[in-house]
Amino acid sequence: MIQINNLHKKFGKLVVLDGLDLEINSGGIFAILGPNGSGKTTLIKSVLGMVIPNDGDIKINEQSVLKKWEYRNQINYLPQIANFPANLSVKELIAMVKNLRPKEANDNDLIKLFSLEPFLDKKLGNLSGGTKQKVNIVLTFMFDSELIILDEPTTGLDPIALIHLKELIQKEKSKGKTILITSHIMSFVEEVADEIVFLLDGEIYFKGSISALKKQTNQVDLEHAIANLIAKENV
Amino acid sequence: MFKILKYSFYDLMRSRWSYVYFAFYLALGFVLLFLNNDINKAIITLLNIIIVLTPLIGTIFGVMYFYNSKEFTELLLAQPIKRSTIFLGQYLGISISLTLSLVLGLGIPFLIYGLFESSAIFDFGLLLVVGSFLNFIFVALAFNVALSNVNKIKGFGYAILMWLFLAVIYDGLFLISLIVFNEYPLDKYSLFATMFNPIDLSRILILLKLDISALLGYTGAVFKKFFGTNFGLFVSLFVMVLWVVFPVWRINRKLRKKDF
Amino acid sequence: MHKISILLITLLFSATSLFAKQIEVCATCEIKTIKEAISLADDGDEIIIKAGIYKEHGVILIDKSVKITGIDFPVIDGENKETILSVRADNFSISGLKIINVGQSYTKDFAGILVSRSNHFTIENNILEEVFFGILIEKSHNGIVRNNTVSGSGMNQAGSGNGVHMWHSSKMKVSNNTVFGLRDGIYFEFVKHSEIFDNISYENLRYGLHFMFSNNNEYHDNIFTNNGAGVAVMFSKFVKMKNNQFIDNWGSASYGLLLKEIYDAEIEDNLFSENTIGISVDGSTRINYKRNTFLRNGWAIKIVGACYENDFSKNNFLHNAIDLSYNSKINTNTFNNNYWSDYTGYDLDKDGVGDVPYRPVKLFSYIVHKTPETIVLLRSLFVDIINFSEKVSPVFTPDNLLDNNPLMQRTDDTN
Repeated sequence: MIQINNLHKKFGKLVVLDGLDLEINSGGIFAILGPNGSGKTTLIKSVLGMVIPNDGDIKINEQSVLKKWEYRNQINYLPQIANFPANLSVKELIAMVKNLRPKEANDNDLIKLFSLEPFLDKKLGNLSGGTKQKVNIVLTFMFDSELIILDEPTTGLDPIALIHLKELIQKEKSKGKTILITSHIMSFVEEVADEIVFLLDGEIYFKGSISALKKQTNQVDLEHAIANLIAKENV
Repeated sequence: MFKILKYSFYDLMRSRWSYVYFAFYLALGFVLLFLNNDINKAIITLLNIIIVLTPLIGTIFGVMYFYNSKEFTELLLAQPIKRSTIFLGQYLGISISLTLSLVLGLGIPFLIYGLFESSAIFDFGLLLVVGSFLNFIFVALAFNVALSNVNKIKGFGYAILMWLFLAVIYDGLFLISLIVFNEYPLDKYSLFATMFNPIDLSRILILLKLDISALLGYTGAVFKKFFGTNFGLFVSLFVMVLWVVFPVWRINRKLRKKDF
Repeated sequence: MHKISILLITLLFSATSLFAKQIEVCATCEIKTIKEAISLADDGDEIIIKAGIYKEHGVILIDKSVKITGIDFPVIDGENKETILSVRADNFSISGLKIINVGQSYTKDFAGILVSRSNHFTIENNILEEVFFGILIEKSHNGIVRNNTVSGSGMNQAGSGNGVHMWHSSKMKVSNNTVFGLRDGIYFEFVKHSEIFDNISYENLRYGLHFMFSNNNEYHDNIFTNNGAGVAVMFSKFVKMKNNQFIDNWGSASYGLLLKEIYDAEIEDNLFSENTIGISVDGSTRINYKRNTFLRNGWAIKIVGACYENDFSKNNFLHNAIDLSYNSKINTNTFNNNYWSDYTGYDLDKDGVGDVPYRPVKLFSYIVHKTPETIVLLRSLFVDIINFSEKVSPVFTPDNLLDNNPLMQRTDDTN
């Protein structure tokens, strides 16, 4: 599905991605993990075309995506901070995003799922962080795309919404979608992820299943396994 | 692009600031006309306000909108839309909504006052055209500054500095250069120096239409010959268009390398 | 015998003046040309010229006190040859004629009507068209020139003359004339004790009124509009200028009024509107400017040479780009009780006089004076800023050049 070859990205003098190679196959949930500043978001944004790499190539379905934009029609992206134009209402925002993407959307089911009906006519500027995140999720999941990228999807969600989110993710997985997730909530990752991609210093430090990771680090839970990975590096 | 334009435009049209801006011009128009009772004089006063305030407000709006809509922009960037489309749409959205505030805000009082029966209608029209150009120019310049500065405070500072430079400092340097090089023929130089600053160019354009050409002619025939004719007006407007096109072009260029 | 003949001649003369005759001139009359009529006329006679076209030029009237009267504006067509009518006589009058097509010359001053060395005459109600010089009067006294319309179609200054031109004359009255399309509308040189009033002078190539070496004259209630360079008053003393209007003299070197080397003049109740320079003053001293209105000029008053002890009071300065341009750091002129539309002070005691003095000379006008090109920065924000700083602490402009009692309301004036 996604092939990344020798990806380099510097912000000024700071090297964030340093010759990163990564291949992600179709289908399944991939958690991209790593300490703060390891390049998770940069990697995701490179795939989305929001960050322009200094070197290297990114291919989706065998096609290079650099300097292109049409391919984004096959990607659903949930950004980290949900902040929308304050003067639009929820309804208008959904209508707008639908308007911008030439494909079918099932927004009504999702609105019902997250009980957003009372907020439809409210201005986005007046919504709480959690509600905004729900709107964010609706916007992400309402399209049917091959690739779904979620950047910290759990932020601000109440337990019920969290359960719905997990269900949604599983449902998409069952349809054979490829899902990339970044999260700092290890329990969430452990629950949903099939495979872990661990980033450190701009390179892939580990890639494999959760059990393989636990085995490699001799830890029983993911949190410690990850901590172990980071600690080892620092020794 | 039209869709983005539409949404940016609606977004701004509903923001309080658009109304404040609109109300400001509306009040200004009424106050000027009903205190002065003289359209011609009101236009001179308006000139002073337009060449200073329109750029300033365009700059502030441009920078503010750019930084405040960062997340919205990111949302759009993840959609299957070209980058340049997004930013051009936003740029046009702001510029058009500001221009609308200006044109309606000033137009309504002048219409009520009986502009159409006045000979000043062309001067007034030119004033609005120039004001609109200044909106488009300064929003584009503000976008340029904002695109080059990730830091909001810095970007804001630079944008204000840019305005200050074009509105005040440039004229100061211009004045000093004229005094220092007093011995040399300065008409052509003045002409060029005016062209390189959209605020100066706007000022001169309106001043000439307001028949102050003779004052300028006093310094030499070059100015009068150039600006006094339709050719001069055409060239001036063309330069104004360049002042829009060039920053917009640079926005596009910057965008190709920009990370969000 | 000798005595008798003198008596007879005297009788004859008095008889002719007692029984003045009328000589009619027309196409069907016995006398068909003006020249013939003049040759037949005696003192006191009236020549009546009836409507028609008379192609005559070089008509000369010498030493005969006759009255030449046109009926229904007979046309005297000079066919662009030379002076049409020359007079050297006392107590004559010319009225009701239409004189056209005066010859042009670069060496001779051909005129429609040329009067020289004459006294007590009246030239009125004539129409002079396509003239080189219109009415040219030299070395004459006590004449009246009124209700005439003089026009030319001069394209350049060298190829055109003046409308009403007076030279070395005195006690003249020039009134109610309309002059346009000439070099100078009205021209005075070495003329004394004369009056110019109620004239309209417009669209002349150079000056609406040109005034040189002419002392003790007064001109009032005239209107000068749209002349190439406005009105010039030069090298004269004791001139009174009242109630005139100087309007719309726009051009790179135009002004409403140019004063050069003028002493002891009174300039009162005039209107200066939309001129590039309202009044350009050069080397003029002891002039009182009172109750004038300066409206929307580029410069209201531009002082270029040394000017001392002038007094400006009760004038209105309304919306001029620059109210006053002053070239020197020394100032002996006084400004008091004027109304300045740019005045931003306040009047707390409500006596109609601003509590803060007004400085009519802005730093910008000083700079423009030094470097004229800087005018391109007119109405720039930067200029407002430096003007303000100069206002707060004057460095370049004379410290004492201020109106200590600026009015809060414009003074009442008839304009």
